[in-house]
Amino acid sequence: MKNSKIFWLLSLVLVLSAFLAACGGDDEKETGTDKTDGNETAGEPDAEQVLNLMESAEIPTMDISLAEDAVAFNIFNNVNEGLFRLNKENVAEPALADGEPTVSEDGLTYTFKLRDSNWSDGTPVTANDFVYSWQRSIDPATGSPYGAYMMAGSIVNATEIAAGEMEPTELAVTAVDDNTLEVQLERPVPYFMSLMSFPTFYPQNEAFISEKGDAYASNSDNLIFNGPFTLTDWDGTGLTWKMQKNPEYWDAETVKLETINWDVVKEPATAVNLYNSGEKDRAGLAGEFARQYANDENLVTDLEPTLFYFKLNQERKGEKNALENVHIRKAIAQGFNKQDLVDVVLANGSLPANYLVPTEFSFDENNADFRDVNGDLIEFNAEEAAEHWAMGLEELGVEEVTLEILGGDTETAKNMDAYLKDQLETNLEGLTINLKAVPFGVRLELDEAQDYDIQTAGWGPDYQDPMTFIDLFVTGSAQNKMSYSNSEYDALVESAKGELATDAAGRWEAMAKAEKILLADDAAIAPIYQRGAMALQQPYVNDIIKHPFGGDFSYKWAYISGK
Amino acid sequence: MAKYIGKRLIYMVITLALIATFTFFLMKILPGSPVASADKLSPEQRAVVEARYGLDKPLPVQYFDYMFGLVQGDLGISINQFKGADVTDVILSRMGPSAQIGFQGMVLGTVLGILLGMIAALRQNTWIDYTSTFVAIVGISIPSFVFASLLQYWFGLKWDLFPVALWKDGFMSSVLPSVALAMFPLATAARFIRTEMIEVLGSDYITLAKAKGASGSEIAFKHAFRNALIPLITVLGPMAVAILTGSLVVEQIFAIPGIGEQFVKSIMVNDFAIIMGTTIFFSVFLIVIILLVDILYGVIDPRIRLSGGKN
Repeated sequence: MKNSKIFWLLSLVLVLSAFLAACGGDDEKETGTDKTDGNETAGEPDAEQVLNLMESAEIPTMDISLAEDAVAFNIFNNVNEGLFRLNKENVAEPALADGEPTVSEDGLTYTFKLRDSNWSDGTPVTANDFVYSWQRSIDPATGSPYGAYMMAGSIVNATEIAAGEMEPTELAVTAVDDNTLEVQLERPVPYFMSLMSFPTFYPQNEAFISEKGDAYASNSDNLIFNGPFTLTDWDGTGLTWKMQKNPEYWDAETVKLETINWDVVKEPATAVNLYNSGEKDRAGLAGEFARQYANDENLVTDLEPTLFYFKLNQERKGEKNALENVHIRKAIAQGFNKQDLVDVVLANGSLPANYLVPTEFSFDENNADFRDVNGDLIEFNAEEAAEHWAMGLEELGVEEVTLEILGGDTETAKNMDAYLKDQLETNLEGLTINLKAVPFGVRLELDEAQDYDIQTAGWGPDYQDPMTFIDLFVTGSAQNKMSYSNSEYDALVESAKGELATDAAGRWEAMAKAEKILLADDAAIAPIYQRGAMALQQPYVNDIIKHPFGGDFSYKWAYISGK
Repeated sequence: MAKYIGKRLIYMVITLALIATFTFFLMKILPGSPVASADKLSPEQRAVVEARYGLDKPLPVQYFDYMFGLVQGDLGISINQFKGADVTDVILSRMGPSAQIGFQGMVLGTVLGILLGMIAALRQNTWIDYTSTFVAIVGISIPSFVFASLLQYWFGLKWDLFPVALWKDGFMSSVLPSVALAMFPLATAARFIRTEMIEVLGSDYITLAKAKGASGSEIAFKHAFRNALIPLITVLGPMAVAILTGSLVVEQIFAIPGIGEQFVKSIMVNDFAIIMGTTIFFSVFLIVIILLVDILYGVIDPRIRLSGGKN
């Protein structure tokens, strides 16, 4: 199950980069390169606050329980709101929750107080709206793709309800009174606050939904909102919609934009043309366009928490191979120039990755990036690679090794794999690489059968915590179709999930140590790059915040200045 | 005639049933699942989602369920592109823009093509003729999406004569896409008319007309043109096909809320009901066009007997 998820994500990634990325809809980055500095020195907001954006696909559904795609999640993040919201620094901060919740000592009971806030029709948002929403999403009859995925294993009884063994009303979430919500967890979830910013955990208005019946969410007239904006002019199947400032929003005075005009533009070239004509304020740049506009002064880069890496299979179809040798693995992990790869081959704002947990993704209690804590763990170094390679060959008692790289069949994937083959063969004498490019369904099967030597794979987060990456390769896990096993690493992951779950610092340390073992000691995988995406953005657009989890962007703080 | 049409209608239904059958099974062997985040669901949850769209049943049952619905005019429910929306509604809501640019492209293309072909034939082997032939070759060999991109870049962005894209400025928004779609019909019509006109202009009855002292324009329009028009009707079918397939990309390039661009997406996301509904819709459209062309053919040229029998 987990294993196919990796492919699901990878496919999403590939599809996005191949077809959709250039679309737009996306926005500003805060990755700290100096390119965004121009925006931060912007002046006073203009009188007219209208933003014109593009999206790459239609809205499949605006029903919170049924949504499962990036377009809908991005809209929910801006027209609705949950207990918490990722702030400008991508740290979860109280939104509908009135301050931090009270957490029991064992970390299993959360009590949230709600602030006074209203739905867009003026009726108050109550604790019951959360109870109703979560129950609706976990009810198997609803068929929610994310309900069980987000709640099972965390909230008491969620697993049983999803399996049809208990009633949805038995979900351990209760409205103590109109403004108090209590949640019981099965196990401590250290990243529970950021989870509360995910659309699946937003409130839903029972009265409104039952009144609308089948018509609910079929177009923007049949929706109700509680976020910074409301959705309007959406006919349910069309290529256009608007967001209007929501006067009922509790923090409406922060919201500066009056209107965001959206159009779906699927063709990357068209998006760029619309941007250049001045009709649109931002356009994503796919493939060739990223190269063409690489030096444009209005270029912005979004760093995404998606990591690409080589899986190094130590046992192909039950037979041990050269990759079982740690020196051989280290030689490969250090044997290719990642900087050149991202600069020349990918040229899309990606970063070279010397780590497993992406940078600008997860933060500790003091808002320190996990990446800053653990640093670079395995870097390109041709000399060291050659040394390891020689040692490895000696230990194996061979002079030549032939390995296969299994990769995707998209243009980007093929270019990258060809480059990596060339790098490895040049830096490691006696190595022959055969490339195998297959459609992604086929790669899924080959991975499942463990029928490959080296595989280019990718992973994006399921929740905002290093663990979503750290636990990928524990012994016997679904992603670990490469016979990697290290009991120390397994134990660290286990303790971070178990006894250290309520000890933030200790847990963080355990995860950092596990990552070190995985990469620096064992070179179980060879990280390649962290994906970035480039876009053109008019200089008068300010403070569109890019998020690593949940909805992609927030427009709550965005404004136009100097148009 | 009535018998002929009746027979053709029966063939039509058979053709449609075959198309629906083939599409259904081809679609089912597409890799991927229509349940977008199938991997995130527990087996129980997935079963619920699949059952909701009847995907849990054996393939033959799904097939007969679908065909049974189809006979009653029920095209099913969109699985993921527009979750829960009635496919008929989706097609209806997307039909307008497609029909408009398709019709405009067809009319523009044929009218201009006929003019171009006539001029070329009347000025055979002059630079006018060569230019027209060149245009025809270009129009046939360059796909409409290339024209669309060029038109968008120059007429939309650089010269700012028409909207770059989007469906917001009424007729003005439809101009560039229509022109892009018109190129193939234009080239086809020009080629056909030229060939036919030259043949007709060399025939005996034209010589006779000339001998009788008919004026140049009278010969060109009254005698030559009318006879040259007939073979053009035969290519109306292929032209309609070209417009349809062209629309898939042209709509995407100009970001027009039409059926074509939505069809492409539905295939990518395995939205079975939308794929089926749109394929059937396109098929009906084409089959009807071909039937009309055949009937028209017999009406315009009495020498052609549709039923093929004796008088």
